[in-house]
Amino acid sequence: MNNKIKFVQGNEACVEGALYAGVDFFAGYPITPSTEIAELLSKELPKRKGKFIQMEDEIASMAAIIGASLTGNKVMTATSGPGFSLKQEALGYACMAEIPCVIVNVQRGGPSTGNPTHVSQGDVNQARWGTHGDHSIIALTASNHQDVFEMTVEAFNLAETYRTPVILLFDEVIGHMREKIQIPEEGELPVVQRLRTFVQKGVDYHPYLPREDGRLPMSDFGSEHRYNVTGLFHDMWGFPSNNPKVVRELLHHLVDKIENNVDQITRHKEYWLDDAEYILVSYGSSARSAIHLAKNRRERGNKIGVLELQTIWPFPKELIREKCAGARAVIVVEMNMGQVLQQVKCAVDDPASVFLANRIDGELITPTNIKTLLRVIQGKGV
Amino acid sequence: MANKKYNVKNYLRERFFPHIWCPGCGHGIVLGSLLRAVEELELDPTNTVMTSGIGCSARISGYVNFHSLHTIHGRALAFATGVKLAKPKLNLIVPMGDGDALAIGGNHFIHAARRNIDITAIVMNNKIYGMTGGQFSPLTGYGQKATTAPYSTIDNEFDVVKLSKAAGASFVARSTTFHATESIDFIKRAISHKGFSVVEIFSQCPTHYGRKNKKGDAANMMENYKNSTVPIGSKKLEKDPSLIERGVFVDNDQAPEYCDEYEKIIQVASKGRA
Repeated sequence: MNNKIKFVQGNEACVEGALYAGVDFFAGYPITPSTEIAELLSKELPKRKGKFIQMEDEIASMAAIIGASLTGNKVMTATSGPGFSLKQEALGYACMAEIPCVIVNVQRGGPSTGNPTHVSQGDVNQARWGTHGDHSIIALTASNHQDVFEMTVEAFNLAETYRTPVILLFDEVIGHMREKIQIPEEGELPVVQRLRTFVQKGVDYHPYLPREDGRLPMSDFGSEHRYNVTGLFHDMWGFPSNNPKVVRELLHHLVDKIENNVDQITRHKEYWLDDAEYILVSYGSSARSAIHLAKNRRERGNKIGVLELQTIWPFPKELIREKCAGARAVIVVEMNMGQVLQQVKCAVDDPASVFLANRIDGELITPTNIKTLLRVIQGKGV
Repeated sequence: MANKKYNVKNYLRERFFPHIWCPGCGHGIVLGSLLRAVEELELDPTNTVMTSGIGCSARISGYVNFHSLHTIHGRALAFATGVKLAKPKLNLIVPMGDGDALAIGGNHFIHAARRNIDITAIVMNNKIYGMTGGQFSPLTGYGQKATTAPYSTIDNEFDVVKLSKAAGASFVARSTTFHATESIDFIKRAISHKGFSVVEIFSQCPTHYGRKNKKGDAANMMENYKNSTVPIGSKKLEKDPSLIERGVFVDNDQAPEYCDEYEKIIQVASKGRA
């Protein structure tokens, strides 16, 4: 399947990316609009001696991938809206116990059952704060299928590197639209393998003692080192502790390992930013309309650029501040009521120059929708 | 068997003792039976994973020197399913409380049984939520007192044996902390059994259930286990149908095990690969 060109749904591109990254185990539960991911992996994984299991619910799916990850497997689950809500407690467990795993959320309209077959980007803040307690999280997104493939590989890489759950925040348009992708050759994209401990049998292994570079080598369940994994605050052996120093240091570690590496984690794309007076900040399927409009306006001599975010969390605050510094106005284009807008307002020097071009009715935001707002900002009337 | 000498300390993380359980709690007796079963089976700790949820019972996983996975409330069997399917050579033992197993975890319990995945669930039934201070559970039954049933419960209880059997568990047994040597035998058979196995063990909670319901101290409660239970099919049942049966209710070694079945899927799928 090397270097093959395929015409696929975004959900299929995600599966191709997961297979490229070496996914071993998938547990899931059917839910629109993410179901194709489970369907395709149920077919592909056994061919590679991988494991697929359809669990009794979303909670169990999240739990099962964490269990499988501890045996040394690369693991993934996929869901949408209500299912993402159900996964939150176990997702927090994976944060606390530092278990590498990838969670795909193909976003649909919410809250509740909402608008199952229609597009939305309403889960941005839930991806950040859906589970209880202080923590940090990585969430990635993509606006086209080649990027869906690459960001899926990246999600597995970051999960292994930082020993953390990584959320792939796609949306219904990306999930179901068909587009061309080219599967890269083996080795063309980096694939991070799990870092395992070199500590020998009989020597004290500390599963939760970070190395100097912050990484924590793992030991698979079933190999020599027997240790404890818990959702309680724990010491370097993984045993529960409520010692204030242990609690404070662990919480700092969980947050710092991600927040201190924003530069390494952040992926973004820029279009015509150098001299841009107006900057559209967008991501996912909304970014397609933003790019289309900017291209169109550029041809008419308007100085418009697009900053496309591929990493949503940790939020690339410095990048936004730097890129938007010279702009007359910044327009955040998204399909929710301003979830990334708030982050951008916090990041820029002049929050009053940041506007929201959104659409929340289940339809994809169009270039015309954005243009209408742009003309008002430019003083050209509607 | 009564005179057999065991070295259960080999399987314990002694630095965490004394344990957190209240004086008189039955859970230590269950742990004792479990470790004796493990020792008799000569299980390799390196190939043994104990997964647990939340509650008094769940703390067992921290005390044993296996791979231990202390998870979230009710979901231990779902985590265990992931571990087992990913690495079928591992022995999975899941100690569970009654609330953990059958209230918040009820769905996972019946589905693990339905799949007949090779996991051993030990339901430590003390009829109460102990760790949170004595609220009624789905095994408390009608007409009992609890901190959330100050006037008496109106909820009926599950019968763990019947539920497990109906859900598809291929080994189902019941015993009590009074019958500790019998428990060793049942746990041994459950762990050796290939498929989903359930051992329900009545375990006294004198602190919460016992005190609220005037059941006496731990010794009284254990004596009650002796007097209120009989081996399966005992003639005493004819005179007193309220007696509870102990024993092995299901032992079906013909039922296909989930990981074995998945292996067959791998064989079929790999053949079809170009």
